[in-house]
Amino acid sequence: MHLTIPLFIPLAAGIVGLLLPRGLARWASLAGTLAVLGYSVAMIVDFDSATRGLQWVTNETWIDTLGIHYKLGVDGLNLFLILATAFLWVIATLYAAVREWDRPRLFYFNLGLAETAVLGAFLAQDLALFVVFFDLMLVPFYFLIGAWGRGNRVYATTKFVIYTLSGSLLMLAGAVALGVLSTPEGGQISFQLSDLTVHPVGHGTQVWIFLLFAAAFLIKAPAFPLHGWVPETYRATPIPVLILLSGILSKVGMYAFLRIVIPIMPGASATLQELMLVIAVVSILYGSVLAFSQDDARLVVAYSSIAQLGFILLGIFALDPKSAQGSVIQMLNHAVVVAGLFVIIGVIAARARESESLERLGGMALRAPVLAGLFLIVALATLAMPGSPNFVGEILILFGTFDEKFVYGLVASVGVVLAAVYMIRLYQRTMHNRAGPDVASSDLSYRLDLPALAPVALVLIALGLYPQFVLHRTEASTTPKIVRAAIKAGSDPGPQHAEATTVKGATP
Amino acid sequence: MILTLAAKVTPPVIDYKGFSPLIALVGGTVLVLLVALFRGRAVQRGLVPLLTAGTLLTAMGLSVWVWHAGDSRPIVEGAIERDALAMGMSMIFYVAGLATVLLSHRSVAVREAGAGEYYMLLLSSVTGMVLLAQAANLVTLFVALELLSIPLYVLCASHVRRRTSLEAGLKYLVIGSLGSATLLYGLAMIYGATGTTSFAGIDNALGDTVSIADPLFLTGVGLALTGFAFKASVAPFHQWTPDVYQGAPTPITAFMAVATKAAAFAMFLRVLDQALPSAQTYWAPALATLAVITIIVGNVGAIAQSSLKRMLAWSGVAQAGYIAAGVVVGTQKGLEATAFYLFVYLLMNVGAFAVIVARERVSEFGDDIRSLEGLGRAAPWLAWPMTICMLALAGFPATGGFIGKFYLIDAAVSGDYAWLGIVIVAGSVISLVYYLRVIAVMFMGPFEITLPAMPGRPARRVKPVGGWSPEADAWRQPEVVIVALLCAAATIFFGVWPNPLFDVVRDMGTSIQSLIG
Repeated sequence: MHLTIPLFIPLAAGIVGLLLPRGLARWASLAGTLAVLGYSVAMIVDFDSATRGLQWVTNETWIDTLGIHYKLGVDGLNLFLILATAFLWVIATLYAAVREWDRPRLFYFNLGLAETAVLGAFLAQDLALFVVFFDLMLVPFYFLIGAWGRGNRVYATTKFVIYTLSGSLLMLAGAVALGVLSTPEGGQISFQLSDLTVHPVGHGTQVWIFLLFAAAFLIKAPAFPLHGWVPETYRATPIPVLILLSGILSKVGMYAFLRIVIPIMPGASATLQELMLVIAVVSILYGSVLAFSQDDARLVVAYSSIAQLGFILLGIFALDPKSAQGSVIQMLNHAVVVAGLFVIIGVIAARARESESLERLGGMALRAPVLAGLFLIVALATLAMPGSPNFVGEILILFGTFDEKFVYGLVASVGVVLAAVYMIRLYQRTMHNRAGPDVASSDLSYRLDLPALAPVALVLIALGLYPQFVLHRTEASTTPKIVRAAIKAGSDPGPQHAEATTVKGATP
Repeated sequence: MILTLAAKVTPPVIDYKGFSPLIALVGGTVLVLLVALFRGRAVQRGLVPLLTAGTLLTAMGLSVWVWHAGDSRPIVEGAIERDALAMGMSMIFYVAGLATVLLSHRSVAVREAGAGEYYMLLLSSVTGMVLLAQAANLVTLFVALELLSIPLYVLCASHVRRRTSLEAGLKYLVIGSLGSATLLYGLAMIYGATGTTSFAGIDNALGDTVSIADPLFLTGVGLALTGFAFKASVAPFHQWTPDVYQGAPTPITAFMAVATKAAAFAMFLRVLDQALPSAQTYWAPALATLAVITIIVGNVGAIAQSSLKRMLAWSGVAQAGYIAAGVVVGTQKGLEATAFYLFVYLLMNVGAFAVIVARERVSEFGDDIRSLEGLGRAAPWLAWPMTICMLALAGFPATGGFIGKFYLIDAAVSGDYAWLGIVIVAGSVISLVYYLRVIAVMFMGPFEITLPAMPGRPARRVKPVGGWSPEADAWRQPEVVIVALLCAAATIFFGVWPNPLFDVVRDMGTSIQSLIG
């Protein structure tokens, strides 16, 4: 398996689309995303779940002078995130392809560039390469929101880019510092994650670099005090882009905590564990409360995402193998669920004169039973109903957290209850109640809506029925990532993981 | 008597091979001036620019021919030396000069000032810059600086029928002379303290006979730094920049923005790294402070600008602050990072200015940001280069600007100035506000615009279409579009595959002996 191929297929498809006649760009783009999806499914089939290390590694020197390598690799940690990326891009492209866009070639080119950038961030095994892709993904999103959004889109997209890039650039400084300072005396500078893990920097340095990284990833997530860009951006973003923004972009930062921050800076992760847990718990509560009080359906989902990402963050920084596993699963679940929710919001808005205000919606279930049924599946998954994939994820996160940090676990479990409150409210206000003034109900259109919505519902049901499929493949890779930090934090990673430490060649 | 004197003076050894680029430039300058005496249209519009470009290309070829890595070799003993640093910097001046020739082709300024005078002044300025990069002592340095500055004062004012152009020229003359005078004071004091004008001699003297804490010497260094800061538009000596950049004819603005800046930094590197490395404990903190002020002032100043030329002027101030970080650390890596950034800075800025040149000639808004409205639809061949240049200046990855900033931060952190790296990224964040606005204006205009009601036709909403007038077709000025496209393509190329450029700057990094090892 050559990882370069799926990485650059979307960009290539986008460029081909630029050269084709206007009407054909969408099909080029769709073919590209389907090819990536096919490739990532093949990766899962071919994946050896017993191997702990990276598979299908590509490692070339890219920029010799700066010690930057073009190093890609897959393990259990990013395997399913790549699949989720590929899947959501297909959903978003399908949703977009059956609709008309102004300047379609440019639109699909940006979608393709965005997929390449996100896949690159997930695949990169070199810190500098990760930074390159992490920053690069802002460019297409800047255009997608600013040129095809609604309302105050230019303001929104500028705010979004400035917020997120301020984090990214701080991370850039941190990354360079990490590379330079961890270079052994007289050695060649290297940004490969494997090298950085072997040569940790001093504790004080770790702490400030950790903070720079955390800023970048928490802004992107978004987590509680750094979420200022959320309302405007979510309101302005077109639905297919919003699926990607909320479903995938938010996971890149969380993934990077597990891939980069905790393994390379275990000491700082242990020291700042409490801070991160507080941010996680506050995000859960704050997001839930705000989700409950919003009138705009998009913002309900937006703030619920803040809460969900709080859960994921909690699972990561509980520094417990179980909860870390839960976080990885939850990243996948949340991606799929959010995609479903935003497609549904798009569908609803199309039937309510583009209104997304809960005040003006309601009573759609009667005329649109299929829509209501699918919405119910997605809504129940979001509130982590037993039998849904989110249930597995949240339970694992909470179990792990109860083991290590009882109080935080207790507070966080309130979030589970709150999720039920805001999701049911969202469902009732749109589907039940009296028909709103703007609503002109009709059921799902086979051409416009089902292509995007049906796969989401199917995947959700499949994940709920057989979560072991994911658990098996992620376990071997997730646990070693947090072992060193867990030991430093004084929690017990379990005896069976002791050898993971020795494999990594680190001293606890 | 005279004979005995003459016998005592040993003539300096001159390396004519190393001298050849300068000879070509001076010869070309004279030739251009003489040929331009013929008043025919073909000569004025065709032959003279062609000769200018030919001169630059010849000099460029000769510079490549005499290129060598490693320590400097004398051209004129004790006055001019050649090494990879000088040759690499010369490349920036030649490329900037060539781009200026192309951008000036249809410029009104050339017609008003006369082609001969205009191109001759341009060539003399380039000559001054090339000489400056090769300077081995303070006297050559100052002479070269004047040789590059004085033609520029005139060129700024070459759009003689526009009041702002004259104002720019005069302002630049006054402030530039002040900067030169300050510098000359400083150089004189350094000479007074150390007793020598040669860079190598000063470096030796500082180790031996002269204390680094000598007040005379330190005052000299301070004044010299101030003089350099004037030329490089480092805050707080930057106030002339926006006015002069806006008033000067745009091709000349482009030239000043990249070539003068590169020359100023060549001066910084030569004097600070070659002559004064042992005084680094004194000049580095001072320059670091100036860099921080420059980054903040430049970025904040750029936010409020609606004229693109003024915006780029302020952004140039901010970028000077970033580049100064490479000088502050005083290491080989710092020098390489500075040189690398100057190369990509050349590409990003010339690309942006080329688009401004193309637009201001056809748009009623001149160089105002409104001249770019809807350009993404109307003239993608201009909009994309501008977009790429703006993203590169802001430091987005996959552009040379990203690699350049990466390298500068790398150099800053390695040189124990990690906080300066953080100031650079903080500055970049502020800079997004104004760089992104340019892109937004081009690509994110309304989907529909309302056409006013006309007799017999009600007001209606239509999709905006490009092409305000036939002249607005960008390809009516192919040479400008080509400059923009080449610069943008090179910016992307060096962002994805910077290794060739790294090879060049690595050679340049070996030039200054005291930095190696």
